[in-house]
Amino acid sequence: MTNTTEFISKTGENFIKLGIDIGSTTAKIVVIDGDKPLFEKYERHFSMVRAKTLELIKEARPYLEGRPIKAAISGSAGLGLAEEADIPFVQEVFATAEMAKNIAPDVNVVIELGGEDAKIIFFDGGIDQRMNGTCAGGTGAFIDQMATLLDVSPDELDDLSLDCHKIYPIASRCGVFAKTDIQPLLNQGARKEDIAASIYQSVVNQTIAGLAQGRKIDGKVMFLGGPISFNRGLKKRFVETLALSEENAVFPPFAKVSVALGASIYASKQDASFTYDELCSRIEKAQNTSGNVQTLAPLFETKDEYIEFSDRHKKASVEMGNIDTYCGRAYLGIDCGSTTTKLVLIDENCNILYSFYDSNKGEPVEIVREQLSKLYRLLSDRIKICGSAVTGYGEELIKHAFSIDFGIVETMAHFGAARHFQPNVDFILDIGGQDIKCFKVRNNSIDSIMLNEACSSGCGSFLETFAKSLGYSISDFAKMALFAKKPVQLGTRCTVFMNSSVKQAQKDGADIADISAGLSVSVVKNAIYKVIRANSASELGRNIVVQGGTFYNDAVLRAFEKELGHNVIRPSIAGLMGAYGAALYAKDNISGNSSTISQKALEEFTHTAKSATCHGCTNNCSLTVNTFSDGKKLISGNKCEKGLGGTQSGESAPNVHQFKRDYILSLPQNGAAKRSVGFPLALGMYELAPFWHAIFTQLGFNVILSGMSSRNIYALGQNSIPSDTACYPAKIMHGHIQKLIDEKVDAIFYPCLTYNFDEKAADNHFNCPVVAYYSELLHSNMDSLRQVEFLYPYLNIENEKELSRGLYEYLSPKYPDITKGDIKKAVKCGYEAHKNYMGAVELEAAKAIEFARKHKRRILVLAGRPYNIDMETGHGIDKLCEMLGFVVVSEDGVWKMAKEKPKINVLNQWTYHSRLYNAARFVCENEDAELCQLVYFGCGVDAVTTDETRDILEDSGKLYTQIKIDEITNMGAVKIRLRSLIGALEERGNSHEQK
Amino acid sequence: MSKSKYIRKYPVFTEEMKKDYTILIPTMLPRHFKIMIGIMKSYGYNAVLLENMGPDVITQGLKYVHNDTCYPAQLVIGQMLDALESGKYDKHKVALMITQTGGGCRASNYIHLLRKALEKAGYGYIPVISLNFSGLEKEGAFKLTVPLVHRLLYAICYGDLMMNLVNQTKPYEKNIGDAEALADAWTERLTSEMAQGKVSRKLAKQNYAKIIEDFAKIPKQGVPKPKVGIVGEIFVKFSPLGNNNLEDFLVSEGAEVVVPGLLDFCLYVVYNGVLDRKLYGRNRKSAIIYSMLIKFFQSYQMDLIKAIENEGSFNAPMPFAKVPPLTEGIIGMGVKMGEGWLLTAEMIELIHEGAKNIVCTQPFGCLPNHIVGKGMMKPIKERYPDANIVAIDYDSGATKINQENRIKLMLSTAVMSQDKRPMFK
Repeated sequence: MTNTTEFISKTGENFIKLGIDIGSTTAKIVVIDGDKPLFEKYERHFSMVRAKTLELIKEARPYLEGRPIKAAISGSAGLGLAEEADIPFVQEVFATAEMAKNIAPDVNVVIELGGEDAKIIFFDGGIDQRMNGTCAGGTGAFIDQMATLLDVSPDELDDLSLDCHKIYPIASRCGVFAKTDIQPLLNQGARKEDIAASIYQSVVNQTIAGLAQGRKIDGKVMFLGGPISFNRGLKKRFVETLALSEENAVFPPFAKVSVALGASIYASKQDASFTYDELCSRIEKAQNTSGNVQTLAPLFETKDEYIEFSDRHKKASVEMGNIDTYCGRAYLGIDCGSTTTKLVLIDENCNILYSFYDSNKGEPVEIVREQLSKLYRLLSDRIKICGSAVTGYGEELIKHAFSIDFGIVETMAHFGAARHFQPNVDFILDIGGQDIKCFKVRNNSIDSIMLNEACSSGCGSFLETFAKSLGYSISDFAKMALFAKKPVQLGTRCTVFMNSSVKQAQKDGADIADISAGLSVSVVKNAIYKVIRANSASELGRNIVVQGGTFYNDAVLRAFEKELGHNVIRPSIAGLMGAYGAALYAKDNISGNSSTISQKALEEFTHTAKSATCHGCTNNCSLTVNTFSDGKKLISGNKCEKGLGGTQSGESAPNVHQFKRDYILSLPQNGAAKRSVGFPLALGMYELAPFWHAIFTQLGFNVILSGMSSRNIYALGQNSIPSDTACYPAKIMHGHIQKLIDEKVDAIFYPCLTYNFDEKAADNHFNCPVVAYYSELLHSNMDSLRQVEFLYPYLNIENEKELSRGLYEYLSPKYPDITKGDIKKAVKCGYEAHKNYMGAVELEAAKAIEFARKHKRRILVLAGRPYNIDMETGHGIDKLCEMLGFVVVSEDGVWKMAKEKPKINVLNQWTYHSRLYNAARFVCENEDAELCQLVYFGCGVDAVTTDETRDILEDSGKLYTQIKIDEITNMGAVKIRLRSLIGALEERGNSHEQK
Repeated sequence: MSKSKYIRKYPVFTEEMKKDYTILIPTMLPRHFKIMIGIMKSYGYNAVLLENMGPDVITQGLKYVHNDTCYPAQLVIGQMLDALESGKYDKHKVALMITQTGGGCRASNYIHLLRKALEKAGYGYIPVISLNFSGLEKEGAFKLTVPLVHRLLYAICYGDLMMNLVNQTKPYEKNIGDAEALADAWTERLTSEMAQGKVSRKLAKQNYAKIIEDFAKIPKQGVPKPKVGIVGEIFVKFSPLGNNNLEDFLVSEGAEVVVPGLLDFCLYVVYNGVLDRKLYGRNRKSAIIYSMLIKFFQSYQMDLIKAIENEGSFNAPMPFAKVPPLTEGIIGMGVKMGEGWLLTAEMIELIHEGAKNIVCTQPFGCLPNHIVGKGMMKPIKERYPDANIVAIDYDSGATKINQENRIKLMLSTAVMSQDKRPMFK
């Protein structure tokens, strides 16, 4: 027992102080006598909260026995225990503050990261204590999850991070998003060292943006909690990001037991005191009381049920060929998934000659190389690989590395495999490591595709990570679930929420088998109700095939059948279906010789990955440059063709999104004007820029637009965002404002508009609350706005007279030289400019449609809101669509072309969305048009509009595609969705031709 | 716009149905709704307040409502579907009633989401009645006549009064349960009174005085407890179903709960009609009516406040006329979606009334609350440095333990700064 608290100065106490802190993953205990620490311990409790606490107390017995003990429990998982055992409880942030006040009174700020909580305490000017909200990543459990993802221990992650060259932007708000960012980086071959440091940086960003929320972190900062004290890399990132001097960054030796220490100080001020035996018996007794956790029926009531279940599923198997005796042609399929790599070799009769399934350990290229060399040795001269195809996240990388013949989108590969298996399949559900994919099949082609979104991502890797964090292998963890007596109900919202549900269950005394079963049910419910959004089994069809590695888990399979109320087919190769489908594709589509890498070339194969930044445009995409032994290069991470150095051939197609961007960005400035006004180019300003620009220019202002958003702009204003679950286009507003302030404009204008223009196409014409009133929030939360004149009047833009009145009333006190007449004239110009802009957009859309028809290209209405065109918040998805061969138009360009008005089920009361509904109608009326709706995470309005748009489209037999976006910067998932759309359209086309 | 030309057809509650249909009403403000139901019964509507709670409610909600929709919609719709499936009601003799605000928030769409959910669940034939004051969905046999509205206004006043008194009594009652029992007894008495047609302002004033007197008689003890105010999105603010029994939790943790009343919300809604004219030059005619309505409502509120002040044992709420000016310099009055500027104003009102500890409740991802709730905490704390506000998100996936842990943090600070001198002799 060493250097803890020589600080506690009280002496002459006749009692021993005991502080216990039970967090989400660890239990901490300290025993203090006066100011002398006698004992401290920090251990993982693996969910066995009560047992572990008792164990630790018993370990401290020599220091506790024989004297009265003042004890207090703290920590989120300790709450229930404290209540049941009737031992004083102290909230952990409060305990931390207590500790700091007593031990380190000169500290200005405390930052504490725990397993699932993050806290910050400011001491200056009255204590201000903050905790992360319910939606938050970036904590210890998150770091553990990320380490698992990289297949390293948390310690190794730390070592790696110290050798970084580059920090990638990783979404910091939510652990799930971060994962979505990291996975593709891994698959593209980015350095683990860089990723490790980037993970820490995202934790730091989350703490600063999410907790400090604009309050400056300066002075002496004390860092506490397990994750910070164990990870040197994280320390480094904090110190660098906050620019702290050595003396101002305090990393106390007792960091990991600081809450327990605070609890002991709190205890000393309480009246209650215990003897050692009393304490133990109270905790023992608490151990026996059962919690009030909500439970579900067991997965299997009896052993017989399980036997019937296993026998039934054993029947669904595939013929195996013999690789040692077979002679002839063979076809290779590779599925390079997000966490696993699968490989299948089939013969002419589609029998499997060889298969492989394993974690890709963050190095997919190496795994495939190893497997191919092994395969070549087995083939000798008897078997020839006559065709190959690859699918999955790593498709492009593997295709380039090993000269694979075809790269196909995952959804099509899975469909191919399922169809081969069950020709009448009408529904496929694939739960893999990272993805849930579902397709309905109608008329032998894919009818609709559903993929999981950020908030519905409880998949296989989630179960695996959880099992590991509780100290089990996934197979043992799954087995325990089968005969759990009372599976706990854990909710389905997202993995972060599930973590805390587990915490609640732990608190209530649920055992691990029940938790494991509960998690399986959660994954299944997530798939059915959030991804598929089904109401009943009959909706899914009669012949359901389930696949993906997660369905090897019998608990998940059983939970799925139970939830649906009927049986499904799980092929014995459930985890190999993607690879099998790819192999089938290769077999059916190869003509001529296969280009697959030869045995000789494979022996000389090398691969290096380097990171770089593209400077092709202001986007500054992070690129990964992969170089292979034959000098071939693959560049990934790009959002458009520019960074690839390639040239586009032929006449370039119009892109209405690009047209709108160019139009708005080329609005002229008037350098001669006597004063300037800045417009933040975000939210409602996008569409109204020409309108307000004309008005203010006419009024003698030099109008300065903040320009297209970028990650850097976001970072500029990130620290003043009070509500981090608002949509990205709103949050980026802070950066735009800051940029304008930095550019020293005289005033900034973003009005409050309850109502938008009345386009006479709906019941009402509201803006959403965020577009309408975000100025109020900016005004209240951005201190820097006080440096400029912030103009945010409430205006009525649907009525020229009213607008003039409102503007005059608001502007004339500030700018006395502006007359009523000036305003009237200016407003007139504004309406003119708006009409011209909207007209130009419609004209461009018409041109685009004409072009598409002339060149037999598909039209894609990339729809949502006017601010989708932003290159950062919209992620340049229009460019990607263009790359994939679509001619891109926007909803505001085509909505008037709909011949009929759509009938909908809900109140049609938002201007932007009534356009959306009409645009969907337009798509229904045109064979060659498709619609893809861009939806922002956190948009409550879209929960209503997405279902309606889907209904409108599906009523006319059209496919509905939705892309949910947030801060995610990697386009992998978006690409899969769009390619799946194309794949489904092609399938449909083929079946039309066959008819 | 009585009937939208953009919306598909749906079944309407007919005169015929009035005879033998049961109207189900979700648990939103149990205290207020109980009185309202009594009044509706006297008008020939056989209304029932739903009391089913528990996990099945949200399970049904998650099943039939888009999961990204706000939590109140999932709960209200889930509760109705759960009730329909309970077998307690004849599904062909039942109608559902839901409130509709008519603003730019998605809450105006709850009724449509309910209809969609019914359709999905195979109950598309069940009529849904919209309870709104915005002139939406005027067809159907449920009519908000002037006398009915007048009585409902009394129900709101009585409800607010009893909520207020229960909150001030419960933490200190000698015999646990006294306050609730008294409120229940009065609810019954008031309902039957109104059912007999006994409605007058004079009578109401007499009742207020008697109610307050009765509450003052309840034996009390103990030291003052920290006052904790609750503001938020209207459903999670008031409904124990929506906020995991927040009031009970706070009381059990040793706090005195302060909840601004429903009448303030009604006044806010009407007031926005006036502001629509002032800010945007819209609806001149109705603005005049709205101004009159405000005066009318305010005079009713003043009856209440005076009654409390005259008796002297309890703290009266702030008159609405004083509420809007509180927002000056903090938020504009044009913010009128959801709870709008009122939510911000209520936080300040609470601070003025000595409840500087505040739980700001909202459904996860509530759009207006980004602005009027979390977005306004900074300026409020700047103006009132000892304000102790915690924002709590409610959601199907959010766990009670996380919510309670954060509330406990707020309470620790509240207890620390609490005056502990005895208040009862």
